[in-house]
Amino acid sequence: MTYSVEIKQLDLAFGAVKVLQGLDLNVSEGEFLVLLGSSGCGKSTLLNCIAGLLEITDGQIFIKGENVTWAEPSERGIGMVFQSYALYPQMTVKGNLSFGLKNAKIPKNEIEKRVARAAEILQIGPLLDRKPGALSGGQRQRVAIGRALVRDVDVFLFDEPLSNLDAKLRVDLRVELKRLHNQLQNTMIYVTHDQVEAMTLADRIAVMKGGAIMQLGSPDEIYNKPRNLYVADFIGSPSMNFIEGHLEGGRFKVDDMVMPMDGYAFAAPQTADRPATIGIRPEHVVTGELVPNAPLQFAVDVDLVEPMGSDTLVYAKLGQHPFRIRMDGQASVKVGETISIGVDPSRASLFDTATEDRL
Amino acid sequence: MVDATVNALSGPRGPKPKKALSSTNIIIYGTLFVVCMYYLLPLYVMIVTSLKGMPEVRLGNIFGPPVEVTFQPWVKAWSEACTGINCEGLSRGFWNSVWILVPSVIISIAIASVSGYALANWRFKGSEVFFTILIFGAFIPYQVMIYPIVILLRESGEGITAVLKAFNPMLEAMGFEGFKTFRLMGSLSGLVIVHTIFGMPILTLLFRNYFTSVPEELFKAARVDGAGFWGIYFRIMLPMSLPIFVVAMILQITGIWNDFLFGVIYTKPETYPMTVQLNNIVNSVQGVKEYNVNMAATLLTGLVPLVIYFASGKLFVRGIAAGAVKG
Repeated sequence: MTYSVEIKQLDLAFGAVKVLQGLDLNVSEGEFLVLLGSSGCGKSTLLNCIAGLLEITDGQIFIKGENVTWAEPSERGIGMVFQSYALYPQMTVKGNLSFGLKNAKIPKNEIEKRVARAAEILQIGPLLDRKPGALSGGQRQRVAIGRALVRDVDVFLFDEPLSNLDAKLRVDLRVELKRLHNQLQNTMIYVTHDQVEAMTLADRIAVMKGGAIMQLGSPDEIYNKPRNLYVADFIGSPSMNFIEGHLEGGRFKVDDMVMPMDGYAFAAPQTADRPATIGIRPEHVVTGELVPNAPLQFAVDVDLVEPMGSDTLVYAKLGQHPFRIRMDGQASVKVGETISIGVDPSRASLFDTATEDRL
Repeated sequence: MVDATVNALSGPRGPKPKKALSSTNIIIYGTLFVVCMYYLLPLYVMIVTSLKGMPEVRLGNIFGPPVEVTFQPWVKAWSEACTGINCEGLSRGFWNSVWILVPSVIISIAIASVSGYALANWRFKGSEVFFTILIFGAFIPYQVMIYPIVILLRESGEGITAVLKAFNPMLEAMGFEGFKTFRLMGSLSGLVIVHTIFGMPILTLLFRNYFTSVPEELFKAARVDGAGFWGIYFRIMLPMSLPIFVVAMILQITGIWNDFLFGVIYTKPETYPMTVQLNNIVNSVQGVKEYNVNMAATLLTGLVPLVIYFASGKLFVRGIAAGAVKG
């Protein structure tokens, strides 16, 4: 099977600084892949390598089975959308859309046709004769997407396209982007540091850190079965609760508490005892009348309550350990109160404290 | 960049309203007035003197307006004033200066803008070193390079002559006239080359800094859109950089027009630029000192830079603010 984008053993170094090392990545036809990571993790750098805007140090890049490692950006069959939109300020919207086509020496009537089609898909028809300076942020980003669209490319590359927009517009455009992907069925590679964007848009997410891919999987896998402590901590807001303890004979022990991990799907049969860290998502903790049904039950002391309308975030102490709980927005919890909570070990995550990998 | 402008324009605009006659204003405008007078007074004296006849000048009342306005000194300065045996006035120097100025400005800006663009956007191995060396050139005193350039111009003139003369037997056999000796030293083209070279460091720095301030993503987008080195230069960068071109033009036009040192060294009397000729007219020791003619000649020489400043003041300020600040 040929992948839409195939990256083999990619190395990139700026002088002595190795930014990407031995990176492998395959993207299937029509897939929406999100590269997710905090700033400086190499996600934008990787995208620039795929686009051909950065010369790689070693390795190979294939697009549609063709080796494009040394090809010019315009010869790779990619379209790119930038965070700052990068519209040519002196050209009209129409000029922006047709610039790439003119460079490719495409006949005039074909250019007209493609621009009209892109304008229709993105609903920017009335803006065609305006300059970018006279457009709003959302309109600009639409034009930027249109510029990739008219070129009829196989792969769309997005470099944090929504980061410059205000919160509401970002949500709108996110939905539109998803719709666009459903409609066009192109391969899309999307860089973001926003996990909500990643979770909502992606078919698969690649969580990156320090120039390497930490975990590559569906949003469900990334969220429910994080492969290591970094991914577990990075995904989810508020982030996961971690408690360090010991795994002994299939039971997790911390201080004087013992949690039998019945129902937990271990990655490999656990024979040896070892220091381990348990991760429990704040939203996977049950409270109130649901507690008696939970396999594990604890009492926690409430430190701080943050009502957020839809939910209430409770900062509590489980023994000595800080513990966040996400409760219903209507929950009435007071500071200083002791409440009982329930935890299901099958929804928790266990990590080897030394290697930080999932057990 | 664009966002900031949009936001800045959408809110309430203009400075905070203030009283017109506050003590601060009086001090500011008072100081400005005094400084203006200080700088404008010599200009006033020059204009007034240039419009007087010699008898009136001799009265010594230099601040008084002319009793009888005459343009005779201007006509004389332009077309009759003598330098040595030549009595064509400044007009010849003016045209020499124009023939030096136009190609020097065009060639130096063309080369410097392309180099600046390459250094800003197409970094190559050693480009930083190259840039440093170029900038270093801006700090070497001209005096150090005067004589080496004399030798360079002379030798390269001889080299070109040798190459050209190699064709002579062939040309003569075909019935054409052969090439004569070609000289760079003392010719206008030699001076054009000198001005172009000396304009390079500062102009390249100017253009590089300006192009560096253009968002990098714009350049990347153009590459994805399939534009090459020249395509991006002409279709993306040039239309965006009018202010910096105006700044470069002003710098070069005033610099080259006002140049005296290179003009007097690398040319000969027939090819003297206007400044050198002005000096020769004003400093001639024979006969009567015609102050009115001297003033008119000086004003004529200063006219070109003056016009340039007046015509492009606004763009000049914008370009300086945009390009010259960031390193």
